[in-house]
Amino acid sequence: MPEPARIVPSLDGLSRAFWTGGSRGELMLSHCQACQYWIHPPKPLCPRCHERDLRWEPTSGVATLFSYTVNFKAWNPKVPVPYVLGIVELPEQAGLRLTTNIVNCSVDDIEIGMRLRVNFEQHGEVFVPLFEPAASVERLRTESAG
Amino acid sequence: MEKFESRVIVSGVGLSETGRGLDRTGLDLALDAALAAIGDAGLGPGDIDGIASLPFGDRPPEELIDALGLQIDWLGAPSSGAQLGVIISAAMAIAAGLCRHVLIYRSVQRLGGLLGSASGTLPAPEGPWEWHVPFHEYSAVNLCAMQARRHMHQYGTTKEQLGWVAMTCRRHAALNDKAVIRSPLSMRDYLDAPMISDPLGRLDCDLPIDAAVGLVLSSSAFVADCPNPPVRIEAVGCANHGPTGWETRLDFPTMAARDAAAQMWSRTDLGPADVDVAEVYDGFTILTLSWLEALGFCAEGEAGPFVDGGARIQLGGELPLNTYGGQLSAGRLHGLWLFHEAVLQLRGDAGARQVPGASVAITSAGGISKCGCVLLTR
Repeated sequence: MPEPARIVPSLDGLSRAFWTGGSRGELMLSHCQACQYWIHPPKPLCPRCHERDLRWEPTSGVATLFSYTVNFKAWNPKVPVPYVLGIVELPEQAGLRLTTNIVNCSVDDIEIGMRLRVNFEQHGEVFVPLFEPAASVERLRTESAG
Repeated sequence: MEKFESRVIVSGVGLSETGRGLDRTGLDLALDAALAAIGDAGLGPGDIDGIASLPFGDRPPEELIDALGLQIDWLGAPSSGAQLGVIISAAMAIAAGLCRHVLIYRSVQRLGGLLGSASGTLPAPEGPWEWHVPFHEYSAVNLCAMQARRHMHQYGTTKEQLGWVAMTCRRHAALNDKAVIRSPLSMRDYLDAPMISDPLGRLDCDLPIDAAVGLVLSSSAFVADCPNPPVRIEAVGCANHGPTGWETRLDFPTMAARDAAAQMWSRTDLGPADVDVAEVYDGFTILTLSWLEALGFCAEGEAGPFVDGGARIQLGGELPLNTYGGQLSAGRLHGLWLFHEAVLQLRGDAGARQVPGASVAITSAGGISKCGCVLLTR
């Protein structure tokens, strides 16, 4: 399958760690050291306590599916349709959500609440965090172990 | 409570020709609508001393100022209050004494849903789009689809219930000769329409058209000279509560519509039971359900059953909805045709689609994190 025609961001100081953490397999998010609030999208200060003592830290890389849509319209003619957009919620904090694609999963098997894990897709120095069913990874591990 | 709203009336409304592929420029259409609204108010262009338009996707006010030779003291292009922010801000400017007669307009030329070009050569995404475009999320329909999917999951809302909004708007469009699509729409037609972003299909999305709408707001001192029954602004509400990221609000899927509605109801003694006609934003069908809940016409999560079957929301029902056909069938004018229709209803000028004795109308626009609503009375 051809590489999807992703339009990736140009990296800047504010978000570089998010988009490059995948080189180590890590989903990195900004974390306030003063009040322990996870911040996404990243900002120069913590939107909750307004302190600037922030640090990029790896998250667990797992998530649950909060909502999703199967997109059928070819907005970008280089991207095959349909594809699945999802909002995933990370266990680190209530409401800590990000938009992503759900991959390696039949559309029929997608359901809100399903357990997911991150799977990065590399585009140069950018690693785009996509999510796939946690179960499929576990099954692959079991199969390879067997 | 001394309210600024009481110092303002809606004095004139106007619509341009409407259609698809009209081969007329946006400025040309905007001037038609502007002159119609100014004339409707019994005024001439020389009386207009304020102008306001939406801060996106339109001809800039300067072009109308030059074309009409306007002498403008106050110019507004506000983003607070979503699409109805132009009305709210114009009313504030009049109440503050900065101007007497404000021209408000919106022109569209089949402005598409794609946030950028269709060539696939979009520039690297900046600002909030950095968190959407890399995942092939290019259109608001994707976010509203996920809002709809979550609403279905939490409350049991069905695709057919979304369909009742589209079908009811189409029935009303048949009574409006300015509506761009007026042919009958069955549930089968609705369900068979091409899927855009599941669960939203083409008939869940508003209709891109060529058209313009104009409105004139005036100081209440103009009441005696206004040739029309004056329509009064009873209360306004706007909300831009953070975070602005559509997926990150904890109160997804309701969000800022509830905040805007709360502000509006806090500024009036009227309540949802007093509303005779509802002109509620339908950029996507799910936004209409969200507004019906936020405005208090039904409880949170119960908008699906509220619209089911269409009996409540059709003309003759307890809450006639989008009586001119809405953005879904009359066509997309970013909330301001909704307002135009509310004014006609309150004047008693809505013809075959008139709600008998309508004296209180509600208008709303926007969704997700930017919302505005305006309650009108006659």
